[in-house]
Amino acid sequence: MRYAFWPGCVSRGGTPELYPAVTAVAAKVGMELVELDQANCTGAGVLGERNDELVDTLNARNFAIAEQQGLDTLLTICSTCQGVMSSVNYKLRERPEYLAKINENLRAEGLEYKGTVRVTHMMWAIVEEMGLDELKTMVVNPLHGIKVAPFYGCYVLRPRYVLGFDEHPDRGQYLEKIVETLGAEPIDYEGKWRCCGFPIMTINESNGLRMVANHTQAAKDKGAHIMVTPCPLCHISLDEFQPKASNAAGRPINMPVLHLPQMIGSALGFNVKEMGLKRHIISTEPFIQMSGVSRG
Amino acid sequence: MSTKLDVYRFDPETDQDPSRKQYEVDLPEYGTVLEGLLEVRDAQDGTLSMRCSCRSAICGSCSMKINGQSRLACKTLISQIEHEGETITVDPMGNMPVIKDLVVDMDSFWDKMKTVGPYLKPEGPEPERENLVSNDSMMRLAVAMNCIMCGACVSDCTVLEVDKSFLGPAALAKAFRFAADPRDGHTEERLKSYVEPSGIWDCTRCNMCVQACPKDVEPMERIMDMRVMAIESGLTDSRGARHVEGFSNSVKHSGLLDEFALARKTFGFPKWGFELAPFGIRRLLRRRLPPIIHKGISTAKRVTRIFERLGV
Repeated sequence: MRYAFWPGCVSRGGTPELYPAVTAVAAKVGMELVELDQANCTGAGVLGERNDELVDTLNARNFAIAEQQGLDTLLTICSTCQGVMSSVNYKLRERPEYLAKINENLRAEGLEYKGTVRVTHMMWAIVEEMGLDELKTMVVNPLHGIKVAPFYGCYVLRPRYVLGFDEHPDRGQYLEKIVETLGAEPIDYEGKWRCCGFPIMTINESNGLRMVANHTQAAKDKGAHIMVTPCPLCHISLDEFQPKASNAAGRPINMPVLHLPQMIGSALGFNVKEMGLKRHIISTEPFIQMSGVSRG
Repeated sequence: MSTKLDVYRFDPETDQDPSRKQYEVDLPEYGTVLEGLLEVRDAQDGTLSMRCSCRSAICGSCSMKINGQSRLACKTLISQIEHEGETITVDPMGNMPVIKDLVVDMDSFWDKMKTVGPYLKPEGPEPERENLVSNDSMMRLAVAMNCIMCGACVSDCTVLEVDKSFLGPAALAKAFRFAADPRDGHTEERLKSYVEPSGIWDCTRCNMCVQACPKDVEPMERIMDMRVMAIESGLTDSRGARHVEGFSNSVKHSGLLDEFALARKTFGFPKWGFELAPFGIRRLLRRRLPPIIHKGISTAKRVTRIFERLGV
């Protein structure tokens, strides 16, 4: 399937290992990603603290660019971008008079959003459009024996009314389903649907660190070998801030955290280098050894 | 239809630890979780304690965790949550101490509500007749006025789980209701107190409260409204406000986020260097440094024009 692709800033900035992992996995599973190289930042929830109409206009600009290229589905790998885009799209498609107002803001740029774009996250597209049966046929390195703690991140879960949960009520179980499809074992633990703490990490670090310590420790207590997340911001929080969170909590945790595409790619036969598994702050070596993923 | 309930039980007078009890009730297709619990109490186990009153989602008494999420038991139809599992789990609200079974101590909820000054404080001489308030102003407030103080948002708040001092979604939504009221004369003073630690900048935007609220108050959105109001009224000397400012400038001039510039702006000079040095060194060792020279999109000027057109 062909998608307009918005990688978000973090997949090439804060977590630069993510972008190459995504493009490699997408090519392997037959997703054609047409990158929107003139799209702008979605605002990541932060610009909404300045001006809502601005956020709606900037996202409508991206949707209009996708429409111009004849693409009706906009796929992202960043949960936060997905959350903002889905909220704005919901608002614009539900309220034609407001869409007209936003289009006034775009007119001078020669753009108009017609309201035809659908927003999705790579995790959703894999389950809903490609299908888990298809994914299973591609697994060449099943991740048997690995216990995985899924960590969703807020913006693929809430608020449900803008995220298509009416149509797809089990979107809160997709990580577990993918983990099982790859041959690994999902574990349930307190915290999988909670907040990673990233949005307050620069404002109230001690609260953010407590969240990181709570979730990584809870996953460890339930016997998880790794955590997996579809959100790069959650990854920064759970991986990069884990040493500091661990210090603040006064206990060693050492919980490796994988991006979802890295885990999928590891089962599809990509090697350590291609998936960037050596670029994390918390070593993924236990996963590399257990999964038998090629060191390249 | 037959419904299984798995209920949290705790009586501090007789129990050392909480336990769970399972019940089976027969309810009509349109039955609610509250009706199930009342059936348990009336016919099977009279010792079960809970709060409830109106049974019409008006009084806000019967908020509890149903299948892990805070909801009003009287508003939750069994048929609505069937797909979540065969057995319905029922627990007391979170972030508040349990008194007995499903009854929690809401003192901290009410104390925080009082802290934000939940009443109009007009300024100047008493008006000769009723205040005239525009429809738009009232519509903006009406959302927050829907609050029935059930506590569901506070129960699910992820910040309160790690920091009891946070004012929390209910009190802050109430704060918005008065800070944004054109009849109030103390908006600036209110905002000054809400930007203090434990106030609006401590919300982590997790949307838990938006999801939990049975009245569509969307408390998190009201907190975001107050962040906008605080910045617009010049309360910009906080990490939160500087973060928004830095983010906005970066996108305005390049179309994309410049993570380095944002860190410099948020932490201020020269603190950002000290704060971020350990992270930078670790990243360097993992070949994980984000691009030091920021590259925007080639049509960034068009984005700048959109910002300017909207006065940002």
